[in-house]
Amino acid sequence: MSGGVLRNSTEEVPVVQKGDSVLSVQDLRTVFHTQDGLVHAVNGISFTLAPGELLGVVGESGSGKSVSMMSLLKLLPMPPAEIVEGSVHFGGRDLLQLSDAELRQLRGGDIGFIFQDPMTSLNPVFNIGFQIMEPLRIHMGMNKKQAADRAVELLELVGIPSARQRLRDFPHQFSGGMRQRVMIAIALACDPKVLIADEPTTALDVTVQAQIIELVKGLRQKLGMAIVWITHDLGVVAGIADKVAVMYGGQIVEYSDVASIYSDPRHPYTQALLRTLPTQEGGRTGRLVSIPGQAPNLNAPPAACSFAPRCEHVGPKCWAANPPLFDIHGQHSSACWLESEGGTA
Amino acid sequence: MLNYTIRRLILAVPTMLFISFVIFAIIKLSPSDPTAGLPLTIPPEVREKIREALGFNEPFIVQFFLWLKQLVVTEPLYWMNQKFGTEFEIGQRMISYQTRSPVLDLIVQRIPQTLWVVGTSYIVGIIIAVPLGIISAYKQYSVFDQIGTFISMIGFSVPTFFTGVLLILIFSVNLGWFPSIYDTTHVVDSWGSFWYQIKQMIMPVMVLGLFNAAQISRYMRASMLDNLTQDYVRTARAKGVKEQTVVLVHVLRNSMIPVVTVIALNLPSVFGGALITEQVFQVNGLGQLLILAIQGGDVPMVQTVTVIFAVLIVLFNLIADVLYGMLDPRIRYD
Ligand SMILES: Nc1ncnc2c1ncn2[C@@H]1O[C@H](COP(=O)(O)OP(=O)(O)OP(=O)(O)O)[C@@H](O)[C@H]1O
Ligand SMILES: [Mg+2]
Repeated sequence: MSGGVLRNSTEEVPVVQKGDSVLSVQDLRTVFHTQDGLVHAVNGISFTLAPGELLGVVGESGSGKSVSMMSLLKLLPMPPAEIVEGSVHFGGRDLLQLSDAELRQLRGGDIGFIFQDPMTSLNPVFNIGFQIMEPLRIHMGMNKKQAADRAVELLELVGIPSARQRLRDFPHQFSGGMRQRVMIAIALACDPKVLIADEPTTALDVTVQAQIIELVKGLRQKLGMAIVWITHDLGVVAGIADKVAVMYGGQIVEYSDVASIYSDPRHPYTQALLRTLPTQEGGRTGRLVSIPGQAPNLNAPPAACSFAPRCEHVGPKCWAANPPLFDIHGQHSSACWLESEGGTA
Repeated sequence: MLNYTIRRLILAVPTMLFISFVIFAIIKLSPSDPTAGLPLTIPPEVREKIREALGFNEPFIVQFFLWLKQLVVTEPLYWMNQKFGTEFEIGQRMISYQTRSPVLDLIVQRIPQTLWVVGTSYIVGIIIAVPLGIISAYKQYSVFDQIGTFISMIGFSVPTFFTGVLLILIFSVNLGWFPSIYDTTHVVDSWGSFWYQIKQMIMPVMVLGLFNAAQISRYMRASMLDNLTQDYVRTARAKGVKEQTVVLVHVLRNSMIPVVTVIALNLPSVFGGALITEQVFQVNGLGQLLILAIQGGDVPMVQTVTVIFAVLIVLFNLIADVLYGMLDPRIRYD
């Protein structure tokens, strides 16, 4: 499957220096082959991750957050998924060109994953000791005893009391929050350079959510890995992220340092997203705001701005071509024709 | 677990009593006469004597308890006397109407043949079914899966009396490879006779084995498919676990939970299938014994064999539950 149909506006993707990044993704495109034709889930996303940096990825449901991150390590079921284009540079290699065996060495080794639902993400029939020790034995070549000791350390690190006794316990003997801590322990087992957390708190209740966020904050300071934190909650991102990527229709529509996203949101979608955040001033009378309109159709690669049908600033340019990311200043860019030279859409 | 097992065994006693009572009642409702099979020259007074001696004229309920006493008291005591030289006072042993020999002796003679054929075919069935189900699920809709599905549909829907006769026609009559009749008097004492034993077992075992494999492989496939899409599989892959380990350790262990139950629960029904297969291949096992007993109106024999089947069903239900608890840590029986 070569370029042709799928290619659009890639010429203007800003060139990213690979030098000081742990992870650098260029023009990643992933489609699903379904009975109703292709679903273009990820349409050319590019970003870099500096060592120790925390990138928050936000966007509404179906915007392609999970699919894009799982594409990095080919964790999607293929078929139906197919990564049609792009490169993922990590440690001097393009992950998309690696063999299965080489990829496996990175999965759970240099790159750790945490998933959304801790209730179903652990294997119900193995005790958690086995599940934590598995990556240790695969990647670090530890024997049973060493792996068990390290597993205890990890459980203590993520705040599970009487860790050694709990190694023999099964997932159903833990609460949701505790299970997510176990998942974090598994992801951190082999000292990853990059941790990808796919909505790690969405399935948890608010107080537990706050505990997990605090935990990750602390771990990040202690261990210094780079993190990609996927969420659809801009509020969560404000507290922990360095950079924010806003996704819409399988594309990154705005990319910025965390402060500018809140002080100077440029993309109309980001602005709309921010308005949906319940404010404190709103108090009890404040109504929840939603963005009018429907999520974009992903049956074809975007030929126009995919937010155009819902955008209040929409103009003729928006229907004519898909906007590339325009640099605003420094690290801030937005994929909107309003940022183009004329300043009009 | 042990507590649970013991409790279940105790609870099985009333169940068994009830089942045997119902079986007894059903058999009694059909008219039968223990002397019907005797020569016509025997005078009526003698026949009456025989009936009386067998307790046939007692009230229904007395007959039932007589039978029960023979099964659970007389026979075990007799067995102990034989085995340990004890000298318990025992009453009349349970006598078959047809053969006039003790029912239990006949059954004990027949059990090995049935166990050999049924047991081997079940194991063969499982050995075929489990890998078949795993590969079919992992390579869903592949050519392998399609062929596997086709064959198990046939195995499922074609009755064993048909496949049995078909195999006899092909391999015994036309090709002459295997004997069509199972010789139970055959003694294995050399490589040659061992080989003959294998040859005579192949067809009955295959007929039953394929039937079992067809069922079990379908369950295996469905259960694997169910588990392959679970989140924990993705977690295992994200940890860098080898694909082979993902499938054969993470997924298989979960998939076996329902399948083991099915395997254990199905075993009694295999005895039913064996009944027919034994008839086709002339294996003189329990199945044949039962069929002849039914034809001859041999009430104690029919009653006892049926109750043995019922005991097996209850027993394998229990085994299924215990295995279930062993495989699935979420199940705790205390
Ligand atoms: N197996 C699949 N087959 C077909 N389409 C799929 C498949 N998995 C995902 N998609 C499509 O890909 C798009 C992106 O999905 P993705 O899971 O990445 O969304 P998300 O941003 O993670 O949303 P959420 O916040 O709900 O997790 C969706 O439109 C979805 O319908
Ligand atoms: Mg998602």
